[in-house]
Amino acid sequence: MSATRTLISPATLARPRGKAAYWTVFTAVVLLFTLAFLFPVYWMVTGALKSPDEVARTPPTPVPEQWRTDGYTDAWDLMQLPQHLLNTVVQAAGAWALQLVFCTAAAYALSRLRPAFGKVILGGILATLMVPAQALVVPRYLTVADLPLIHTSLLNDPLAIWLPAVANAFNLYLLKRFFDQLPRDVLEAAEIDGAGRLRTLWSVVLPMSRPVLGVVSIFALVAVWQDFLWPLMVFSDTGRQPISVALVQLSQNIQLTVLIAAMVIASIPMVLLFLVFQRHIIAGITAGSTKG
Amino acid sequence: MTKTAERRPVTKAAAHPLPAPPPAGDLRRRRLADQARAYGFLLGGLLCFALFSWYPAIRAVVIAFQKYTPGSDPEWVGTANFTRVWHDPEFSAAWRNTLTFTLLALLIGFAVPFVLALVLNELRHAKAFFRVVVYLPVMIPPVVSALLWKWFYDPGAGLANEALRFLHLPTSNWSNGADTALVSLVVVATWANMGGTVLVYLAALQSIPGELYEAAELDGANLLQRVRHVTVPQTRFVILMLMLLQIVATMQVFTEPFVITGGGPENATVTVLYLIYKYAFLYNDFGGACALSVMLLLLLGAFSAVYLRLTRSEGDA
Repeated sequence: MSATRTLISPATLARPRGKAAYWTVFTAVVLLFTLAFLFPVYWMVTGALKSPDEVARTPPTPVPEQWRTDGYTDAWDLMQLPQHLLNTVVQAAGAWALQLVFCTAAAYALSRLRPAFGKVILGGILATLMVPAQALVVPRYLTVADLPLIHTSLLNDPLAIWLPAVANAFNLYLLKRFFDQLPRDVLEAAEIDGAGRLRTLWSVVLPMSRPVLGVVSIFALVAVWQDFLWPLMVFSDTGRQPISVALVQLSQNIQLTVLIAAMVIASIPMVLLFLVFQRHIIAGITAGSTKG
Repeated sequence: MTKTAERRPVTKAAAHPLPAPPPAGDLRRRRLADQARAYGFLLGGLLCFALFSWYPAIRAVVIAFQKYTPGSDPEWVGTANFTRVWHDPEFSAAWRNTLTFTLLALLIGFAVPFVLALVLNELRHAKAFFRVVVYLPVMIPPVVSALLWKWFYDPGAGLANEALRFLHLPTSNWSNGADTALVSLVVVATWANMGGTVLVYLAALQSIPGELYEAAELDGANLLQRVRHVTVPQTRFVILMLMLLQIVATMQVFTEPFVITGGGPENATVTVLYLIYKYAFLYNDFGGACALSVMLLLLLGAFSAVYLRLTRSEGDA
């Protein structure tokens, strides 16, 4: 990779002046990135370790005078973080599982089983990509509050997160495109061997689709964990709110250090997920976009 | 595309000639069974799309022309919702703020990642570090970024003013001043979201053939000329895509104004989506909320349609 020619030629860089300029720019970018992206995170993590007096002091102390963990323990107990984290995990896990089952099945049907009106259905699904999710929150809320025909309300129920999550055109299309590209002869061989549709999907298609399933899984989990407006609308019951909604609701009347500690705790799961899977996530973002 | 898909069964039949054609009734039954199975696979997904995407889209348009209170029968009111919303002083403020926000987000939130990606593409060391660090804020929940910056913008002990004092510069009201609030929110949104733009643009830069730069250099093009005549034209498509996506995303901004400013000061940061939320959950006026949603929908739908048209034609090429 490093051998490919970019904007500046290797010859220019090899000259003493080029080298000096390169290292100057490199140092500047490292400093800039540290200051812009890492320092705010550092400030948050250490802010929660300071005493309430120290955190309000001007000029601020760059390093906590004494490392106090009561911000974190108070946040854990006072803000019922275990409850809200559990709510978020349940909501995210259910949305992920249902999306994997229903989106995969639907994408497989559209890609391989040639259902009647398949093109119309696919068109209808792709059309929802044009309608940004947030613009429809109010009518969707009214639908969830009073489901047509069965007249049941899903408000304050994790199903209000799980079911709408399945209607994810982007993930479904990603899966369908992947299934479209699977070699025909492998699938036909499975059919000739007498495997049914479900069997083919389960033991031939899915094992071949691990990369795309990974990408879809990460997108599904992150989407639920990061969402705010939709859970704010559907969970009025404090005990059922995910962490994002609870943080904002509780931020009004809680000590700053405790709030900051709660913010750190709320960030840990996604940041960990990112650090563990960063190669896959970054590859997924860049691959999905350049393929066109 | 369509034609080959339809012809496929015929060629397949020719490739594997069946020993004896089964009776017509059997074939029809088998095709029905195939269809039933296909729809069995589709059912769950279809139901969810119908309930939570298609039906709400239709309902938004219907309720926009109704007086709607949950629990009681809706009443047709013609265009009354639209006129009422239109004359709300917050309406023009919300649209002005949303459009200004989008424009500023394009200027700041697009120029910065563009330049960063250009520079990062030239650096040959610590590549993984840069990529992880720039994407880190994207993985922090948006609510946490918003609360974090609300704290930074605090006029007292906030980090933003501390930094200005440290540099002996005059302090600012940041998100608490009517003039500076919107820009302050754009900074938050840019900080939180630009990782994705940088990574995507970086990938596009890496697909530019090196010979083009070499040829340009031989022709005597300097650095800026190479950016203008090689880099930009070569990545025009990705730039356009990212811009459209960013426009659609920033026009739906909600979390930052809701968490940081609450729409204030003096409606300086009320956005269209925020106003929709207020109509529905503060004023209990679902007709007005849906009228606003339809307007936002039409505008964003137009942008998305352009985006899809462009990606579709590129995909076919």
